Amino acid sequence: MSPADFLTDLLNPDLAFLPKALLVAVVSSIVCGVIGCHVVLRGMAFIGDAVAHAVFPGLAIAFVTGGSLVLGGTLAGVATAVLVAVFSQNRRIKEDSIIGVFFVAAFALGIVVISQAPGYAGSLQQFLFGSITGIPDRDLYVVAGTGLLVLGIALLLHKELVTVSLDRESARALGLAVFWLDLLLYVLVTLAVVISVQTIGNILVLALLITPPATARLLTDRLALMMLLAPAIGGLGALVGLYVSWSWDYPTGGTIVLVLTAAFLLAWFLAPRQGVLAKAWERGSSRRRGRLEPH
Amino acid sequence: MSAALALREVSVELGGRPVLRDATLEVARGELVGLLGPNGAGKTTLLRTALGLLRPASGRIEVDGDATRHRRGAIGYVPQRHEFAWEFPISVEEVVMSGRSGALGLLRRPGIADWKAVDDALYRVRMTELRERPVGQLSGGQRQRVLVARALALGSPVLLLDEPFTGLDMPTQELLTDLFQSLAREDRAVLMTTHDLAAALYSCDRLALLNGTVLATGTPQQLAAEEALWQQTFGISARSPLLRVLEAVA
Repeated sequence: MSPADFLTDLLNPDLAFLPKALLVAVVSSIVCGVIGCHVVLRGMAFIGDAVAHAVFPGLAIAFVTGGSLVLGGTLAGVATAVLVAVFSQNRRIKEDSIIGVFFVAAFALGIVVISQAPGYAGSLQQFLFGSITGIPDRDLYVVAGTGLLVLGIALLLHKELVTVSLDRESARALGLAVFWLDLLLYVLVTLAVVISVQTIGNILVLALLITPPATARLLTDRLALMMLLAPAIGGLGALVGLYVSWSWDYPTGGTIVLVLTAAFLLAWFLAPRQGVLAKAWERGSSRRRGRLEPH
Repeated sequence: MSAALALREVSVELGGRPVLRDATLEVARGELVGLLGPNGAGKTTLLRTALGLLRPASGRIEVDGDATRHRRGAIGYVPQRHEFAWEFPISVEEVVMSGRSGALGLLRRPGIADWKAVDDALYRVRMTELRERPVGQLSGGQRQRVLVARALALGSPVLLLDEPFTGLDMPTQELLTDLFQSLAREDRAVLMTTHDLAAALYSCDRLALLNGTVLATGTPQQLAAEEALWQQTFGISARSPLLRVLEAVA
């Protein structure tokens, strides 16, 4: 399918779910790109994965009871984050083990809850791997509103979040409420995950949080530029991924993730200063200079 | 000289274990004080308590006579270099500005006065020319100076330095020693922990010997003559090379 055909389908009223899916995928990719910068720079990808899994029981309960998916997912994510924070006070067990215990437990709870819903297998597959059909109109407003809220908070508290990421002890010494800022970041991650789950799925959503910021990090040493590049890469990846998925009838979530991974690999090899090729060229140039210099 | 930082009979317990007992120490404006002691003596605990990061079981901490200021981010702090995320994609001046995050308050953007404080701090540590460089590209000594500038940007009269010489070569140590001495001369109270006995003996105005409590304070010359005190503090024998270093100073 050519890009022109894809555009025609996007404008076809009989395929109204397609532009809605595109909008949700692009918005959630942009939001995940910005929040994911904090996740990647703090080295908390495992926590991002945990939060992504932790929202599942909330989504499942909301789905079974007909409640708000965003609210259900957020409550479950925050509850798990608080449980991890409390249980981590016991210094005999490291925090990553506590996270491992709780996120798998939360995921298991979600599976048990959703098994009670009619059409269990289909619902489970939709949550785990995402779906571009069946996004109700009101979800567009929820996704857009939540996305704006997340980006607004991240912008307003940018300097505090960065200060904590740089050096937690000094941030505390400066009088910043590090515990609350950590919790806030978990909540922002949770919200970013919740609005992304519908199109990309619970299992693959981590890729939206991690891959675009990691790609952006390979391309720049400037935080502001990284925070612009990451959502741009994520948004573009969502657009290209949805196009490929629609054209060849591939699963949407998986295709978007593979497109983002391809972008990451391109950056890994071709990034102007940090890329494998640039480094190899630099090493070669150094050796050549060394041979030419008189001894 | 009046004390800019005063710890009075401070006791601290960690996990139910006493780490500091009735520790008393004063640092006046204009002096550089070295805090010396063996591993586990409580040096870092003392600094963290002074910063308000640990709550003492008993005792009192004052900054310029105020017993609450230390808990409100009023003390400039230079942590050990390995505690900072140097791989972060951020410039030198942005790191220094982060030192004003607490003073700025939530949601406020830096203004002209804040950038002026950053300019002054960078100038003070001779890092103005590198202000736009990503911190990941700096040498060890430059990194240490950035951390000092971040603490200076706060504009505090009290500066706490945690092991500032660790892992640095001799010329860089010399450069930093000059910097710390001149910062003290500019009416600041500077307290640093260090394992580098020679640097402390030759650069500090006063030394404090710590092992669970402050065992003694005095000028390097005064303390160097008290060999028994050093043996008690560090748990060393009379044959220790450390005592030969002291003889040279005394």
